[in-house]
Amino acid sequence: MKCEQLLRILGDYIDGEIDPEMCELFERHMAQCPRCQVVVDTMRKTIALYRDGELVFEMPVQFRERLHQAIRQRWQEKFGSSNT
Amino acid sequence: MQTQAYRSDGELVELAKAGDLSAFETLVTRYENRIWSLAKQLVQHDEDAADVVQDAFLTALEHLHELRDGERFGAWLKQIAARLAYRVLEKRRRMPIQSLETLLGEGTEEDDPIPHPELVADWRDSPETLLQRSETMRIIEQVLSELPEKYRAVFWLRDVEQLSTRETAEALGISEANVKVRLLRARLMLREKLTRIFGADAPQLLAAE
Repeated sequence: MKCEQLLRILGDYIDGEIDPEMCELFERHMAQCPRCQVVVDTMRKTIALYRDGELVFEMPVQFRERLHQAIRQRWQEKFGSSNT
Repeated sequence: MQTQAYRSDGELVELAKAGDLSAFETLVTRYENRIWSLAKQLVQHDEDAADVVQDAFLTALEHLHELRDGERFGAWLKQIAARLAYRVLEKRRRMPIQSLETLLGEGTEEDDPIPHPELVADWRDSPETLLQRSETMRIIEQVLSELPEKYRAVFWLRDVEQLSTRETAEALGISEANVKVRLLRARLMLREKLTRIFGADAPQLLAAE
């Protein structure tokens, strides 16, 4: 297996969706190719940063108020006056 | 509403189905920032994102009785929001001014060559260490915003929101194969950019806040 072929299945490998035979070929190549090891490692780190970083932005207050108002209004149209 | 905050999504969905508005509002409060973030990443425009969020929750309200497993509320809502955001993008695509990139966005790209990693270097720090620094968030947000729309959308849904390949494909109206290819490209692009900043041989860009 060459680096080029490895690149094509890199996503499946990282997501654990690769078939066992390909996985073995992949890992055999990696064991001898420090470059690919680093690519796989830094790609995992890239994903981890975004997954664990919890990039959540706060909804601006004017939109939030509009949202809650729209929901209450639709709720009333659907179920009649609020019964909470 | 505070008294509902400890309840699980499943419990709140059941209460809302029975007509409890405050239960539904608790769900809205729980998810509004997350759905806002998703919409913002996809449509990149405040007013459009706010419309997507509102439509997503109103759609959820209308179809709540169709959701069998209330614990799936979050994933279900994300899919609804992603589909609505994608509709906004599609509408924009039909506008007279469009880039070639956007026009080509719909094609099949499974056979396109995958860009080769250029900068290959270990990172100086682990993701855990990096995440302890406030500037890391600013950097990853900035780097992500530089990706072309079609790659950013797939990356956000798969790697940030953790939707499955199938859920992402359904939301964006593209094939699962295209989801995989776009995700791989997005990850490679982000890896490249982040390695330029966090890589062992990279200049100490972090110091310059």
